Amino acid sequence: MATIVMDDLHKVYAGGVKAVTGISLDIADGEMIVLVGPSGCGKSTLLRMVAGLETISDGTLHIGDRVVNKLEPAERDIAMVFQNYALYPHMTVFNNLAYGLRNRKLPKDEIDRRVREAAEMLEIAPYLDRKPRNLSGGQRQRVAMGRALVREPAAFLFDEPLSNLDAKLRVQMRVEIRQLQKRLKTTSLYVTHDQLEALTMADRLVVLNGGRIEQVGTPMEVYSKPASVFVAGFIGSPAMNMIDASYLREKGGADGLSGLPVGSDLIGVRPDDLLLAAPPAPHLAVQGDVVLLEPAGAESHIYVALADSAQPVTVRVPRLPDVQEGARITLFAPVDALHPFDKASGLRVG
Amino acid sequence: MVENDRWGTFFAHLVLILGVALVVFPVYVAVIASTHPPGTFVRGVMPLLPGPNALENYRTVIFEGRSQAGTPPIGGMLWNSFVMAMAITVGKLSISILSAFAIVYFRFPFRMFFFWIIFLTLMLPVEVRIVPTFQVVANLGMLNSFAGLSIPLIASATATFLFRQFFMTVPEELMEAARVDGAGPMKFFKDILLPLSVTNIAALFVIMFIYGWNQYLWPLLITTDPEYYTIVMGIQRMVTGGDSEPLWHLVMATVTLAALPPILVILFMQRLFVKGLTETEK
Repeated sequence: MATIVMDDLHKVYAGGVKAVTGISLDIADGEMIVLVGPSGCGKSTLLRMVAGLETISDGTLHIGDRVVNKLEPAERDIAMVFQNYALYPHMTVFNNLAYGLRNRKLPKDEIDRRVREAAEMLEIAPYLDRKPRNLSGGQRQRVAMGRALVREPAAFLFDEPLSNLDAKLRVQMRVEIRQLQKRLKTTSLYVTHDQLEALTMADRLVVLNGGRIEQVGTPMEVYSKPASVFVAGFIGSPAMNMIDASYLREKGGADGLSGLPVGSDLIGVRPDDLLLAAPPAPHLAVQGDVVLLEPAGAESHIYVALADSAQPVTVRVPRLPDVQEGARITLFAPVDALHPFDKASGLRVG
Repeated sequence: MVENDRWGTFFAHLVLILGVALVVFPVYVAVIASTHPPGTFVRGVMPLLPGPNALENYRTVIFEGRSQAGTPPIGGMLWNSFVMAMAITVGKLSISILSAFAIVYFRFPFRMFFFWIIFLTLMLPVEVRIVPTFQVVANLGMLNSFAGLSIPLIASATATFLFRQFFMTVPEELMEAARVDGAGPMKFFKDILLPLSVTNIAALFVIMFIYGWNQYLWPLLITTDPEYYTIVMGIQRMVTGGDSEPLWHLVMATVTLAALPPILVILFMQRLFVKGLTETEK
């Protein structure tokens, strides 16, 4: 149990490549923070800096009340779950879990108790005598979790732990990890490139891009008020539609945009906020041709090419709507669902 | 695999059997020759069936040696060869696995420089550097000693290189997981790297042991005291020693005995590395 405080962390690699530039973040005790971003955004580097597997070029890192910049990973009181699990292939599951505890010279009966407890919790007790190669992907994942669990560390660090699992198992493990984390109330830092994982698991999520923080907030804050065009495009699937304000002003009725702050020349609309029927609230209306109808079970995605413009937009509607490909339809967007951005800086306006 | 066709199978087996026969025949002749009385060979015809003198010939080489030619009983020579081969094998393996560990897992100045220096020694086998090496060993007073027999042959670029290649295939996360689990470098080496290398160690052990066992030139140079003669030298001495016709039946008995330890090593180690090969764990 501990807080993690990052103060202006920098990571510069030997070749001069800057992987992380000036990240400051306070993580509260027991909080689940998800670092999310595209590959190469520095999220894994940042996690490995916290773990002590990468040196910190500049800035200070506190775990609990200690500055841990110079400490070895083992001295930082953290446990890490790796993407490819990194189980010791020649050791049984029991020994995999016990190895870290033995290195800490814990008494034998204490090791035994902790391992059995963790195995019970993760439902891997029947496999304690097996070697990792005789386990399925999901079971290996649980063993990797167990190895972190038995240590009873101040913080868990997860490095894309679910990316090697198939889709169904991923959802199941996602729920289990979150439940476990809520029960144990252990401070956790979780890295993923999957925006859905980020939204569902985080107490707060941190969107990273190019080694910098784009936005920090609860999943709903980030989703409903993305701080930049990048965040708007990255969080939420299908991605938010971006439409030029000048186009909307011309085609969608100028009065609809009058309420938006000055300087907003790029307007974002989530695919679920584009409606096929006019809502009672103030709204914009634009016309376009249906390019493609994509049924996806509970919902469908309609791709619409806006009239006199090359920009196609995505519309998400429940079930299967009554539209034909090639038909011209009118889309309605409530004014309060519009996200105003400044095209030049890519930042949200107002 | 090619389709199962009768002629294909037949020819495959024929070629294999011919190949085996070709390799085994000289060994067979040696074993047969070691069972005949001395007179057989003077006639110039090699017998292909076992003779009556097996027990006596082997008793002679093991317990009496060929005293008139100055060759000791072969027990001592076998032991010398064994000690030398083991010293070379164990020495080569431990030095090369440790240097490969250093080169792969530690960042120190001139790391690649040292790696290439080690690699360059591949071009300098004993035979090439034999005169200066002899000089050094002589000056250090290691002539006629086990140290002199084994130490100059211990450095091995080949094994270092093979271990390096293997270590580079071990996922880096394993080392990181061990670091998070509180294992220092040597503990990681002992607890994780070494157990994973067992297959490689077993295979290299066999190769190195046979290399050491078959050393001929080097022991010939630095030993003058019969107490340190190795078996491979001994065979040569038995053939050339004395003025009389070589006692082929005794030579062949010695050859047969000299071939046994490497075979035993292969049989014993084979279980280890076949096990390792079938249970790939990585």
